[in-house]
Amino acid sequence: MSAIGLYQYGLYFLTSAGIFGIMALALNLQWGLSGVFNLGIAGFFAVGAYASALMTGAPAADHWGGFALSLPVGIVVAMACCALLALVIGAATIRLRSDYLAIATLGIAEIIRLVIKNEGEVTGGVRGIVNIPKPFDSSSQLVMLAVVAGTLVVLYWLVERARVAPWGRVLRGIRENEDGAMAAGKNVTRFRLEAFVVGSAFMGVGGALYASFIGFISPEAFEPVYGTFLIWVMLIAGGSGNNIGALVGTFLVWLVWTFSSMLTDLLPGAMATQAGAVRIFLIGLMLQVILLIRPQGLLPERSPPLIGRRDKTRE
Amino acid sequence: MDILQLIYDGVVLGSILALGAIGVTMIFGVLRFAHFAHGDLMTVGAYIAFVFVQLGWPIWLAALPAIALTAVVAVVLDQLFYRRLRRVAPVILLISSFATALMLRALVQIVWGPDNQVYEKGISIPYRVAGLVVTPDSLKVLAGAAIMVVLVHLFLAHTRMGKSMRAMSDNIDLARISGIPVSRVIIWTWVFAAALTAVAGILLGMNTRLIPTMGWNALLPIFAAAILGGVGRPYGAVLGGLIIGLAMNLSVVFIPSAYKLAVAFVIMIAVLILRPQGLLKGIKL
Repeated sequence: MSAIGLYQYGLYFLTSAGIFGIMALALNLQWGLSGVFNLGIAGFFAVGAYASALMTGAPAADHWGGFALSLPVGIVVAMACCALLALVIGAATIRLRSDYLAIATLGIAEIIRLVIKNEGEVTGGVRGIVNIPKPFDSSSQLVMLAVVAGTLVVLYWLVERARVAPWGRVLRGIRENEDGAMAAGKNVTRFRLEAFVVGSAFMGVGGALYASFIGFISPEAFEPVYGTFLIWVMLIAGGSGNNIGALVGTFLVWLVWTFSSMLTDLLPGAMATQAGAVRIFLIGLMLQVILLIRPQGLLPERSPPLIGRRDKTRE
Repeated sequence: MDILQLIYDGVVLGSILALGAIGVTMIFGVLRFAHFAHGDLMTVGAYIAFVFVQLGWPIWLAALPAIALTAVVAVVLDQLFYRRLRRVAPVILLISSFATALMLRALVQIVWGPDNQVYEKGISIPYRVAGLVVTPDSLKVLAGAAIMVVLVHLFLAHTRMGKSMRAMSDNIDLARISGIPVSRVIIWTWVFAAALTAVAGILLGMNTRLIPTMGWNALLPIFAAAILGGVGRPYGAVLGGLIIGLAMNLSVVFIPSAYKLAVAFVIMIAVLILRPQGLLKGIKL
């Protein structure tokens, strides 16, 4: 690989890692902080990507939308669509055991994929949507990376603030001891619903940036293996509950994943498909091993300092 | 399309879902987690039977080693992964089973390839009964499912292990202090669920064809059936399976057939909102 090729690849790697990082932070808000179990990340990712692509794209004959609006508008619409979807799903299932939210979110992700495939007049169907514009209509990869990195920093600041704020303390309390939180007069269902909705809206941001970054989306991109499972592995490997951990996990898992795909892409056609299955098997095994050996992840969760402790020297 | 035909096909699909749902519901009842690898365990059972069918065994005979080996797979998975995680939190088991699902599906694809397979090549001539198209395979599916449900009933109602399983599903603490050997019951729950799952996979393969994603695609309707029937209630699972199968097939009268899966999902969400304990009162959640 030439120096320029390597540079281009580095930009591609960092930008995609940044988008995965946004997804991992969003999942960390839901699962790490609040114990809300979302197995339908791919669904929210897809809704965000399609919502933004339909808003920002140029008018096209084979699908709805194409309002040629700017990316920030696309992101806001993506967030709104994902938040609304999460509100509906959450309202139905969040007061039940987390298993039900897991099943329901997995189901909604599958159904979103069905709708995207079959409602071609709106979504372009299996052919997908092409020519999704980049931020500032710039073809520079560097601009894209800057936009993703900037968004990541803003979201990181938000989730980190949320974690140490009273809101985050209540969510942690609910996660650790639901009955206790209820006895303290907290509206458990409402808090968990808020975490689920906000996290899902952040996932919409990731989807919107993904659509803009790749420039092309189709239902295939939102298979649960890539859209959901990888992000879970990233969060758990890095340390759920720890936002820095989520980002470190994202970086490392994405490094392993892209590197292994570079290796398997060298194989001839049919073997490459099989090698893809081997990679999925290994990433599954990796998660099992992490759960068994180091369930807290690389960087375990650390409680925010207690309010009222003035003794700075001990911190 | 003829309504009677849709009903018949719905019952055939429903009986397959019912077998899957009994396994899911008993694992949920005894181990208290939603087993996301259940669909892919079905796939494993179907493909193991395929190996023996290729050796020239008739399908009903090939089902026996498939049942045995799927049970071995399930117990090994439990001992390798789930057993060690049980002490932590049920929800960690759920993540682990999601990883297991992917691993099983990948493994099936590595061993047998991503393409379609069928148990029997060639076209079998369907019977025509009162305007109904009845394929020989669909009759075998119904017979196979009926035999399994009878066996399940005999096992749960008349054997000591079956009663222990139901007791644990009803009230785990009460079962424990009554001296039920918990870890043995857990292993037998896996054997029981895996046997049903293997048969469900084989019947699904007979009804359609074998592909690595077959079980995963059936997972959501199976969960819907288990929840509709009442979690932890094997008889409820049979009822739930039949209703979901019928509803999915009859829905094509009103909506495009691509959305069959959505029908199962909508029923499940409606049950969770209106009657989360299911038709037969399931364990409290």
